[in-house]
Amino acid sequence: MPRLEDHCSCTSKHLSGAKWFVYKAEEMMSLITSMLSQAYGSLHDVRTANLIRRGLVLFTVGAILALVLNLLQIQRNVTLFPEEVMTTLFSSAWWIPPCCGTGAAVVGLLYPCLDSHLGEPHKFKREWASVMRCIAVFVGINHASVKLDIDNTVQLSLTLAALSLGLWWTFDRSRSGFGLGITTAFLATVISQVLVYNGVYQYTSPDFLYVRSWLPCIFFSGGVTVGNIGRQLAMGGVEKLHND
Amino acid sequence: MTLREQLREKISAAFYRHGLLCASYPVPIILFTSASILTCCYPLLRLPLPGTGPVEFTTGVRDYSAPSSVPRGELGERPDWYHGLPVAYIQQVLVKAAVSPWDSSLVPVDAFRSPLGRVFNLLEEIRNHVHNDGSGTRSLESLCLQVTDLLPGLRRMQSVLPEHGCLLVSPGNYWQNQRDLFDTDSDLLKTIHKHEPKGLHTSATLRDLLFGVPGKYTGVSHYNKRRVVTYTITVVLSRYDASFMNSLRSRLKQLYPSANCSLRDDHMVHVHFKEEIGVAELIPLVTTYIILFAYIYFSTRKIDMVKSKWGLALAAVVTVLSSLLMSVGLCTLFGLTPTLNGGEIFPYLVVVIGLENVLVLTKSVVSTPVDLEVKLRIAQGLSNESWSIMKNMATELCIILIGYFTLVPAIQEFCLFAVVGLVSDFFLQMFFFTTVLSIDIRRMELADLNRRLPAEAGLPPPKPGPLRAREAPPPSRPSPHTITLQTPPMRSFPRLPKRLRVVYFLARTRLAQRIIMAGTVIWIGILVYTDPAGLRTYLAAQVSEQSPLGDAGGGGLPPHLGVAPVFRGADPTSTLSVHPPPEPTPLPENQSQGHHAAPRLAILSQGPPPAVPQITWGAEDEEGWRRLSFRHWPSLFGYYNITLAKRYISILPVIPVTLHLTPQEAMDTRHPQDTRHPPPPPAPPKPPQDLQADITLYKVAALGLAAGVLLVLLLFCLYRLLCPRNYGQNGVATGRRRRGDLPCDDYGYTPPVSEISPLLLRGHSMDIECLASDGMLLASCCLAGQIRVWDAQTGDCLTVIPNNTLRRSSSSSGCWEQRDGWDSSTTGPESDCLCSEAQDLSVGGDLPSDDEGYPLRRRSTPVRIALFADQPDLTPLIDTNFSFQPSTAAPSTCPTTGLSTSPSTPPTGGFDFGGLVERAYQEHEPPSPSPYTSPSSASSSPPTGAGMLMQRRASLGETAVSPQVQERAVTGGAQADWDSSVWAMDLRGNLIAAGRSSGKLELWDAVEGTLRCVNDDGVSGITALAFLNNRIVAARLNGSLDFFTIEMNKPLGLLQYRGAPSRAALPASPCYSSEDVLSCQLTRSVQCAHQKPITVLKAAAGRVVTGSQDHTVRVYRLEDSCCLFTLQGHSGGITAIYIDQTMVLASGGQDGAICLWDVLTGSRVSHVYGHRGDVTSLVCTTTCVISSGLDDLICIWDRSTGIKIYSIQQEVGCGASLGVISESLLVTGGQGCVSFWDLSYGDLLQTVYLGPSGDGQGVRQLLVLDNAAIVCDFGSELSLVYVPSVLEKLD
Repeated sequence: MPRLEDHCSCTSKHLSGAKWFVYKAEEMMSLITSMLSQAYGSLHDVRTANLIRRGLVLFTVGAILALVLNLLQIQRNVTLFPEEVMTTLFSSAWWIPPCCGTGAAVVGLLYPCLDSHLGEPHKFKREWASVMRCIAVFVGINHASVKLDIDNTVQLSLTLAALSLGLWWTFDRSRSGFGLGITTAFLATVISQVLVYNGVYQYTSPDFLYVRSWLPCIFFSGGVTVGNIGRQLAMGGVEKLHND
Repeated sequence: MTLREQLREKISAAFYRHGLLCASYPVPIILFTSASILTCCYPLLRLPLPGTGPVEFTTGVRDYSAPSSVPRGELGERPDWYHGLPVAYIQQVLVKAAVSPWDSSLVPVDAFRSPLGRVFNLLEEIRNHVHNDGSGTRSLESLCLQVTDLLPGLRRMQSVLPEHGCLLVSPGNYWQNQRDLFDTDSDLLKTIHKHEPKGLHTSATLRDLLFGVPGKYTGVSHYNKRRVVTYTITVVLSRYDASFMNSLRSRLKQLYPSANCSLRDDHMVHVHFKEEIGVAELIPLVTTYIILFAYIYFSTRKIDMVKSKWGLALAAVVTVLSSLLMSVGLCTLFGLTPTLNGGEIFPYLVVVIGLENVLVLTKSVVSTPVDLEVKLRIAQGLSNESWSIMKNMATELCIILIGYFTLVPAIQEFCLFAVVGLVSDFFLQMFFFTTVLSIDIRRMELADLNRRLPAEAGLPPPKPGPLRAREAPPPSRPSPHTITLQTPPMRSFPRLPKRLRVVYFLARTRLAQRIIMAGTVIWIGILVYTDPAGLRTYLAAQVSEQSPLGDAGGGGLPPHLGVAPVFRGADPTSTLSVHPPPEPTPLPENQSQGHHAAPRLAILSQGPPPAVPQITWGAEDEEGWRRLSFRHWPSLFGYYNITLAKRYISILPVIPVTLHLTPQEAMDTRHPQDTRHPPPPPAPPKPPQDLQADITLYKVAALGLAAGVLLVLLLFCLYRLLCPRNYGQNGVATGRRRRGDLPCDDYGYTPPVSEISPLLLRGHSMDIECLASDGMLLASCCLAGQIRVWDAQTGDCLTVIPNNTLRRSSSSSGCWEQRDGWDSSTTGPESDCLCSEAQDLSVGGDLPSDDEGYPLRRRSTPVRIALFADQPDLTPLIDTNFSFQPSTAAPSTCPTTGLSTSPSTPPTGGFDFGGLVERAYQEHEPPSPSPYTSPSSASSSPPTGAGMLMQRRASLGETAVSPQVQERAVTGGAQADWDSSVWAMDLRGNLIAAGRSSGKLELWDAVEGTLRCVNDDGVSGITALAFLNNRIVAARLNGSLDFFTIEMNKPLGLLQYRGAPSRAALPASPCYSSEDVLSCQLTRSVQCAHQKPITVLKAAAGRVVTGSQDHTVRVYRLEDSCCLFTLQGHSGGITAIYIDQTMVLASGGQDGAICLWDVLTGSRVSHVYGHRGDVTSLVCTTTCVISSGLDDLICIWDRSTGIKIYSIQQEVGCGASLGVISESLLVTGGQGCVSFWDLSYGDLLQTVYLGPSGDGQGVRQLLVLDNAAIVCDFGSELSLVYVPSVLEKLD
């Protein structure tokens, strides 16, 4: 892309010779066509297509989960105005679901990749029923974080941490999964911290440096869940994900 | 024995006994379980039904005191929410005003302008009311609910709703409670309508909020026929002060006496609101439920190998659900009232409890040996899984216990429920589900009994010959070599393209219809809920009239009181006496004013004119708030961010106020612009209610129309999608349509009709026994011992290595002469032999020295036809042929040698295969078989693994008995041994390795047909061969395993073989050129590799795997012939083994079990029982394992989990042959046909018939070549089937 732009600027500067211009345009066209054909060819590549498909599925799942969980978070504060909630949800934070979707796609593709690089394929409970169970538990953890009326934030954080560790132990039990989950949690927390610090986003009742202290737990369990989905997708290519 | 093992054993024994019990007495146990479920669920009846509507509770006003904040359970009549202070007390002042008498000089606006204007007086009155008794002075300011800001999102309501002060709403709020604004407002209706929301609204509107009565009852309209204006002034109080309220009430009644008003005012109603469920809350809930259903779906999908899959899935779900109900019931019984929202935590509970145990149980029971009794199977299955079930349960209990110690009340409650749920789930699994499972499995056994004879493991199924005779005739086919898309009756899935399947699904379930129906119901529900037409209020009125609550007030009164005497309005009637104010409080200054006002009104309202608007008070006014939407109060409070969820408000009895205004007053308050409105037409075109209803009607109609148009468009799109464009065209288009009709064009590999036509490779005179291929070449060996080499690409016959021409091979000269003669005469025709001429060449191959006019050819054709026509007797013939081939061939040797020396000698009976066949046929027909045929007919089983082996043993015995053959074996020496039959063959490069029953290993040049080397170190027959690189592994009948190495020796003419330099012009083979002299050295012989005959030998990835009848599988390393592992796990002889380059090892045995092994560690990865009887062949792909068994089932297993995905029922006797072409294409052999299956869905894609009369001949061997062609044997022919599209796909 930058090369293309360079060419454009070049052409705008030197309009001296029509011949040169034609030559340049030709070169540009050939460049574009080669890029397009390359992209097209890579689409036809089975592996790439598979990768893209998985990424899309993961993106969708991540976006939907983000939407639903965000709704869950909002609903605790505002209970009575469905219309208002919907408008605020879709106006102010429209960029959250795509971001979460992208994150989910990255994490979900990273998990099987890491597995194959480490050479220890994940064999523990590899079936869709288990994945569904995992998603349900993840939503449950979110639900709990929203619904539980715990005054002591430390207690809440500890409870949620125990829950997410339990999730990992029940559905993953792999070192790579744990490591990647921790990394995901750390990075996501840092990113949200930065966002909040810059005032892009705000939490209603921050309790720890502008954010909620249980956020890492949620991110960790989310990472494990998405990784689970990603592994399952990478393993059983034939089965379709049940649309949720 | 450790404690753990002891425990394990005990648990296992207990489960075993329990399983026996359950399977023995299913009916009593199911009855007992149902009874216990019902008992435990009984307390649930006392729980209120869930709903979001508010609940009411009525108390008297007089002795009212706010309930204590501690809930008291002992007061039975009090609802449990009735404790603590309410959010607010609501006092409504219901104003009914009318201009009377009405005369024609008045304009319509007058009907509501001046009545509305009086609201400001009333407001003033109420605001300024001060009550003073002994305890102090109280005004409204001190009692009312002080509100702060509106919610941030409600800026546009800021001008209307009060902020920072008393929550007091009235129609006056439209004009900021300022009289002058009202007076200067030129269009009142416009002001009112300005704040109405657009479109469909679900919650209470601002108009409803301010007027306090539903919009159409207000009478604020140009077309109000009754000319009575109704509105309320709603005062929201935070504290209840009885004396203040009474003084206000009496004061207002005094000021504005309501004639004929007999509203009861001694009841206050407390309304409790349930938790709000809005869209925002519904979405996560719906999501969790969707996830739950997905979980249940994916779980129950794994149930397999049972009679009724759906029945068991239902039982599993019932188990979980009723265990949850039981847990709730038990908790209620022991006094634990659920405070959590049941609907919310329910999915999580199901997920925690899970369906895993149920599935594990099913799988375990199903994988027990099928030949056991049902009772024992259940018991064994239970005891197998007992330990893991107990372990899981203990773990879950521990986790829940940990959760209990978080000391968070909600989590504790959840844990408590989960514990009780887990225990009851365990109980139900053990009793209910196990019993259901036993019933199901018993049903399956019965069904199997009905379907076929009880097939016990190892017992050969009935002879295929007579069975085939009884079989139903094959479905008629339009022409040979075409593909019919017949649907076999026993298939798991219907073969349909995806989109058709979707459509059929829609049609079957009438989904669209139901969705439309549900949509209509929801639509009606929304209509009723939002109540545009007043339906709900009507219903509510009906209900309140009938209910005892409403009855108490209005039962005695007729709903319409008519015109009451107006004079009675003057005296403050019973209401005052009922509520005597605590003696005429010293009212500040409006006391006197009130005294003046009352008579004035009374006087004014005297003299009833005929057109006086009737102000009536009926029962419906008593609790006018009932007519409002039940979201009225929550929305009002919600505007100030006060939630009413799970709280209650108390509504005080209304204060009725009647206003009669004179026309003069009405005219005085008139705005200059009001008169511009035209006088009302005599008959108002649309009464207000009708108008509103009509608008709704139009809305509904428009929406319905839009929905209809959308539906039509959708259907049209669907139609275009489903139907081809050239639907009605003729001729060529129809042909193309037939192509399009072929299934699974989505997958891309289904070849069109013309492209699959099997290529028949004819040439063998007997049935094919061995097939081998290396991708380029294809070698086949028939029962007659003839080996033919074919080009796998074109199907051309390249070489024929004949059998009986080289008899008496000890006389070397004859042999070579013969070979020369054959070479010169037949190589030319052979090389370009085509399938159409294969008939001729088959004879030519048998008798190479013959010229073209040999009479046998003429005779052989009818014999072949007779063979095909006479199907039932062919297989016995083949079997017998195999066994007594040496002896029958023996007499023919003499004439053969004679023939070889003198080609013109006429043939004798020894060559007459037709006669031989006929003789065999005749020998089989009589009931008393000949001594030769009796052993073979006894062992006539379908030529699957074990049967084949028995056959071979029989033939070996035959060989040993026959002295002639023995002599041959001795005299054969280093030469090719023609008398023993070829038992195993493999092909690499241009070398064919053939293992013979005499134990010799021969290496043939595939291109030239020359014998390159012979090794006769072993004496026991070679049952299996593997040829990898330059090594050959041979498994022998006595259980030994020999490793040979092929060495290439450059020096020429050293050994006994002719170098054949003249043939150097022929294409050189890739590995071993014809100049090289090969030698085959026995590098190592493992004498006792197995205790019993080796049945299977497979080699790949540097490993040699052998399976034997001694129930073990051994893995050897190819380089050093070192035995790496002995794999034990089968309880029967090994019949099938699969290993490939990725080191996947699978083995199947006579016990019907399939084991997957880890080749690196020698551990067993999974072990499943899949078949009744032998596993006949096994193939693995990256995702699944495909197995076939003697029970003619082809099962597809998930490789990682060992769960059966589905199974395909094959035709009888054809189960053994299968191959995988690509990851998703499976090919199986059938009766004269091969079938292609979609591996991922189990759909039959295509059936290709091999021959014109292709019934009867079963395809027993099937080989998938590298170029996606399939070779299968078809009687004495080979069939080469190309799947060209797969080739494209593999690119």
